[in-house]
Amino acid sequence: MTTIRRFEEESARAYAQGKIGGFLHLYIGQEAIAVGAAHALRDGDHVFQTYRDHGIALALGMTPRAGMAELFGKDTGCSRGLGGSMHFFDVENGFFGGWGIVGGHLALAAGAAFKSKYLNDGKVTICFFGEGATNIGGFHEAMSLAGLWKLPIVFVCENNQYAMGTPMSRTSAIEDLTLKAAGYGMIGDRFEGHDIDTTTSRLQLAVDRARNGGGPTFIEVQTYRFRGHSMSDPAKYRSRAELEERKKSDPCHIARTRLMEAGITEDQLDDIDVEIDTQIDDAIKFANESPPASEAFMHNSVYAPSLITDPHRYDPTNGGQA
Amino acid sequence: MRSIRYREAVREALLEEMDRDEAVFLMGEEVGHYQGAYKVSEGLLAQFGEKRVIDTPIAEAGFAGIGIGAAMTGLRPVIEFMTWNFSFVAFDQIISNAAKIYQMSGGKITVPIVFRGPNGAAKQVGAQHSHAVSPFYVSIPGIWVAIPSTPRDAKGLLKTAIRDDNPVVFLEGETLYNVKGDVPETDDDELIPFGKARIAREGDGCTIVAWGSPYYTALEAAEELAKDGIECEVVDPRTLRPLDIETIVESVKKTNRCVIVHEHWPYGGPGAEIADQVQRRAFDYLDAPIERVASLDLPMPYATNLETLVLPTVPRVVEAVRKATYAR
Repeated sequence: MTTIRRFEEESARAYAQGKIGGFLHLYIGQEAIAVGAAHALRDGDHVFQTYRDHGIALALGMTPRAGMAELFGKDTGCSRGLGGSMHFFDVENGFFGGWGIVGGHLALAAGAAFKSKYLNDGKVTICFFGEGATNIGGFHEAMSLAGLWKLPIVFVCENNQYAMGTPMSRTSAIEDLTLKAAGYGMIGDRFEGHDIDTTTSRLQLAVDRARNGGGPTFIEVQTYRFRGHSMSDPAKYRSRAELEERKKSDPCHIARTRLMEAGITEDQLDDIDVEIDTQIDDAIKFANESPPASEAFMHNSVYAPSLITDPHRYDPTNGGQA
Repeated sequence: MRSIRYREAVREALLEEMDRDEAVFLMGEEVGHYQGAYKVSEGLLAQFGEKRVIDTPIAEAGFAGIGIGAAMTGLRPVIEFMTWNFSFVAFDQIISNAAKIYQMSGGKITVPIVFRGPNGAAKQVGAQHSHAVSPFYVSIPGIWVAIPSTPRDAKGLLKTAIRDDNPVVFLEGETLYNVKGDVPETDDDELIPFGKARIAREGDGCTIVAWGSPYYTALEAAEELAKDGIECEVVDPRTLRPLDIETIVESVKKTNRCVIVHEHWPYGGPGAEIADQVQRRAFDYLDAPIERVASLDLPMPYATNLETLVLPTVPRVVEAVRKATYAR
């Protein structure tokens, strides 16, 4: 969790320095959800996330080097500099993106779960999205089909209270989003996402249910982002008092308390923090020094190689002609 | 060779590929128990069962997306749109997801998926059910667009589409399902490569480029023009992306004239693209401006007298060729 927090803080700094461009959506304040999910999953499971994707990628095992290099637009990045902040990918660790259109990736995640059912491979898929996505058609169709076919998937709505700048009270007719689960024939669960113990155990229940043939679950995790929607958002739609109140339940502080309750000493935790700082500094240095994204790779990655369609017959610089 | 219908050719391709590879499945509305809205998938449910011939609710965005997700993780889905008119509600899945994933993931994730179904106007089905969709899909890098005119091409191109590791938009002709034509025996396993045009009729008087339903309009016009001594060369691109521009240009260099016949609207699209490329690559060979015969630039009317005016017809193609050959 601290790795995610420090990664995001340094990303924000690098963004301000102009090293990172485009959109940058930080996960600060929501860390306990990603890390809880990573604990609940096994190797070979699948995860899909929105554009606020750095946290889960790191939680699943992506190196800060690969993540930071991607943000810097470098060839060593997790998507070779062609994805960017919103499109992290790390298939080896089960991370299937990194998606930029609200509601557009829920059906993809259902597709991965469909594959697991088709092959009976025992894998589970978790799909994250925000509360803002629960109003768009893509949400409905994916939930509807996953419920109908009892796919091994867990839909996790990270309700951080604001769809960009609009509070949920102005976007949703209901306050308890899990009421929607019944309409898709699936079980709903709803809890606060600040405490790593809670997120881990509750997500584990749903993951186990999916793995054991119990079908999909719809989870609403109540959380809060400490930063704006993206780097360009000063978050003027909420009060400082509200933010300060929320920061009292900072998931990183709660996790630290939990560890100390479990007998880890303050010194030991400080040592881990130093180690993480070193790792993030190294990631920044690595990203800075890495070669830029490859022009040749850009041209050669529009289409996957094919034995039947000669890829050399495609010229991306000239209107897709053969 | 034996003569079978276009519908049967598509079905044979599906059957043979599903038989060959367990990862291939068919998903869409009414593909199973109903046996296909156009009877393309007739009998497949009985042969492969509900696991691999999957009826869906009416939710194109949902099942297109599920297909893409399944393709990302190792399966080879064939997604049927009952007609391509209904693909527009799934457009975001195709343009934002399927077409982008390979590059956006740094080349780590392939999307071997085929979206297929009937395309173009049928008979009096009105403004919302008569779209020729190729201009929308052909402009997207990251997907291939195949548009077979004959049963043989339908089968051979679909088998290629299913084996290719990229998303393929496969546009069948709604009015072509009953067309009969020669197709190799089933044990031939013929794969027709993408990006290779077919010269359907040789001639040195004028090149006609045509695909989909208007391909037959072009052939009929060519017969008529031959009576007057104008021998047309009819070129069918077979795939619009990749586009075999070389074959088209070589033909124009021989005939010095070019008429492009298609069903989609005249504004933009592959018709305009081909005209642009031909004038740049064969400018010194052209003896007349390139002519185009397209659907009229308006929504499809219901009334049959008006619909006939909108679609490309033999007289319109004949007139365009006469204009290009200064034979009026």
